[in-house]
Amino acid sequence: MDEANSLLKAKGICKAFPGVKALINVDFELRPGEIHCLMGENGAGKSTLIKVFTGVEILDAGEVFLGGNPIAPRSPHHAQQLGISTVYQEVNLCSNLSVAENIFIGREPLRFGRIDWKEMKYKSQELLAKMDLDIDVNQPLERYSVAIQQMVAIARALDISAKVLILDEPTSSLDAKEVEKLFGLMRKLRAEGLGIIFITHFIEQVYAVSDRITILRNGELVGSYETAQLPRVQLIAKMIGKAFDEFESSDKSVKGDALQESRNAFLRVRGLGHKGSIHPFDLYVNKGEILGLVGLLGSGRTEVARTIFGIDKADSGEIQVDGRTVKINNPADAIRYGLAYCSENRKTEGIIENLSVRENIIVALQAKLGWMKYITKKKQEEISKKYIELLNIKTAGPEQIIKNLSGGNQQKVILARWLLTEPKLLILDEPTRGIDVGAKVEIQKLILSLAETGMAVVFISSELDESVRCSSRMAVLRDRVKIAEISGEEMEEKNIMQTIAGV
Amino acid sequence: MEKIGVTWNRLTSSKLYWPLAALFFVLLFNFFFTKDFFAIEIKDGHFYGVTIDILNRATPLMLLAIGMTLVIATKGIDISVGSMIAISGAVSASLIGGKLEYVDGVKTLVTLVPMPVAIFAALLVTTLLGMWNGLLISRVGIQPIVATLILLVAGRGIAQLITQGQIITVYYKPFQFIGTGYILGLPFSLFIVGLVFGITLYAVRKTALGMFIESIGINPIASKFTGINVSKYIFSVYAFSGLCAGLAGLIICSNVSSADGNNAGLFIELDAILAVSLGGNSLDGGRFSLLGSLIGALVIQSITTTIYALGVPPEITLVVKSVVVIIICLLQSANFRKVVFSKWAQKRGIPDAKNAAKL
Repeated sequence: MDEANSLLKAKGICKAFPGVKALINVDFELRPGEIHCLMGENGAGKSTLIKVFTGVEILDAGEVFLGGNPIAPRSPHHAQQLGISTVYQEVNLCSNLSVAENIFIGREPLRFGRIDWKEMKYKSQELLAKMDLDIDVNQPLERYSVAIQQMVAIARALDISAKVLILDEPTSSLDAKEVEKLFGLMRKLRAEGLGIIFITHFIEQVYAVSDRITILRNGELVGSYETAQLPRVQLIAKMIGKAFDEFESSDKSVKGDALQESRNAFLRVRGLGHKGSIHPFDLYVNKGEILGLVGLLGSGRTEVARTIFGIDKADSGEIQVDGRTVKINNPADAIRYGLAYCSENRKTEGIIENLSVRENIIVALQAKLGWMKYITKKKQEEISKKYIELLNIKTAGPEQIIKNLSGGNQQKVILARWLLTEPKLLILDEPTRGIDVGAKVEIQKLILSLAETGMAVVFISSELDESVRCSSRMAVLRDRVKIAEISGEEMEEKNIMQTIAGV
Repeated sequence: MEKIGVTWNRLTSSKLYWPLAALFFVLLFNFFFTKDFFAIEIKDGHFYGVTIDILNRATPLMLLAIGMTLVIATKGIDISVGSMIAISGAVSASLIGGKLEYVDGVKTLVTLVPMPVAIFAALLVTTLLGMWNGLLISRVGIQPIVATLILLVAGRGIAQLITQGQIITVYYKPFQFIGTGYILGLPFSLFIVGLVFGITLYAVRKTALGMFIESIGINPIASKFTGINVSKYIFSVYAFSGLCAGLAGLIICSNVSSADGNNAGLFIELDAILAVSLGGNSLDGGRFSLLGSLIGALVIQSITTTIYALGVPPEITLVVKSVVVIIICLLQSANFRKVVFSKWAQKRGIPDAKNAAKL
């Protein structure tokens, strides 16, 4: 490879964590003026590689070159000074400060030793104008959508240094229009000669915007490819390291079973509502059925789940579990009646990050039993080992701290936590979000097999094809109102989209 | 040799390594510079010596540290324990009182109420006050530092109200046993600490309490979603902290045979927080070590005693103490050690990675 033509180059990178080899002899090359996708399953080593570039992790062995010169970033700040900036999935800005303050925080323009507000405002307007973003820079950042916030973060990153821009799953909370806007910006920056490393789980987006793809698997380099010359099927096969037909086989679903509202519906909800979050709705879930909740982001899918589970206390309506009318005031009540809820926000509402895998698995069952009925440590170890094996959780062992696991494996731990309580109704809110194709398929398969054992499942997903594939019936939401139910033959993507859109 | 290495590694990676090291260095210093520091004599069947004295004097702080550890593990803080000590002392002293009366020509001490009742009342009051803190924090949702600040300020007033602004002296001899008595040659107060520590340790490690408390401290929202009754446990740890403060108050009051609403336990809440922190517990909540906090309390008391033993002028003892504490805190900070010692380690040719992993 021509040295002069590479912007960021890594050679033989090795990085190990206690019990895990995160990167084994990985090479990587980013050219100026390209958008380079970094792909891999969860735990493949993408995040670690990025952390090495940004100085969060110090590499064990290997070399990194920027524009031909060897560099050794010590901290994110140092990396920024060198010219490598990162924008993360969760916007790392101060949402209650103004847009201008956010762009210049920590490096405010000074005049006579004091902050020059005028200059700051002018400069940030200029900066945003370059990105075709016309917003009031004096408004607090939280006034704007996540997409705009994301772009402000990019503007800040670019203004600090403009050689290499790393975008770590910037699109996972954006809608299609916002994604297109972001892509427009990325293409513009590419034309200016910037090198962009783009991490995403959306295969569509890889092909929409990238020039080249580097694939990692289990900490090792699979290879780098020109995007145009790598068919999707092959990309996925290389990522998961399995033959593709195996991946396809999860397409079987229990669809088509004529599922009427049987008299023994496990959960039946009438007029349940919570002011300000969801209008009163009726809903039932049969045993062994997967009910999909579909709708756009913010349509009220999560709110339905939260109201049923007692997180938002319902202010109207009633809930029947197994034919009995019950009162659910908090999650503990819900769990007692055999409900379980996997939140969409794995990080903030799911994992207990400094506890071990073992404790994270055991905690819900222990809470159900109460603090007096202690599950002995030996029993805990047995249980967690069993579930680690059962769900194929990749971890150094039960005592590993959960935050050291990759997203997909964390999700599996949370699933194990709930399965252990032997729920009769499992509510899954975006269980496959932000995790890679392989783990996704595994989780989908698991959900289907759980339903086969008679468990009732409520399944929420933003990915329509996934919902169609898994659900046996669907409830459609729009603007915090349940507007329709779809089942059988009607459950077909085009029809669902029309229902969501209200055409 | 290899076995020693493994044991050493396990020791240095243990959470208690740095607290123990701190204690060790303070004691080592005393070994060289304080005369007869480790000498223990037996007088009247009691053990006497500087180390016994340190243990004895550290008991109120140790009790507070046990309660504070659980509070801090839930990511909270309780700065009202000093005031609760004053209240506990005031309640018990004013209930016991103790008058010298001549009954049939014999001098006898008469209490206003039986001593067990007085003790129970003092502990009940502080536990109730702890519950008040817990209620404000877990139900009303006031930030812990603000909620307990209320009692920090008001508590001294309440204590004054009980003692009617006087320093109440307790003449009743049996009461003095709590703070000054000996069993098996060791101070009685040590047995109180031992009992409280033992029960607490059992409760947090042999039931699920410890995991729930840690879980709440790390992520209260996820904990709630998991079905843990978060507010119940938060409420309980503050009540327990109140109980510990009550016990500490009894010891202090008994030790000096008087209740001083103004000065009993003044600023001790800061020592208690420091003890927890020196014990290797993060003020961010989560994982905790009760034993670490006890060691932290001992470190603080050792420093205090050392400073007195060295004859440092009283007006600068606080300065000396704070300097020592700063040094210990810096040594315990992983970041600080990384910055300072990694260069040193590089010079000696220890690979950085191994060093980083250990630190």
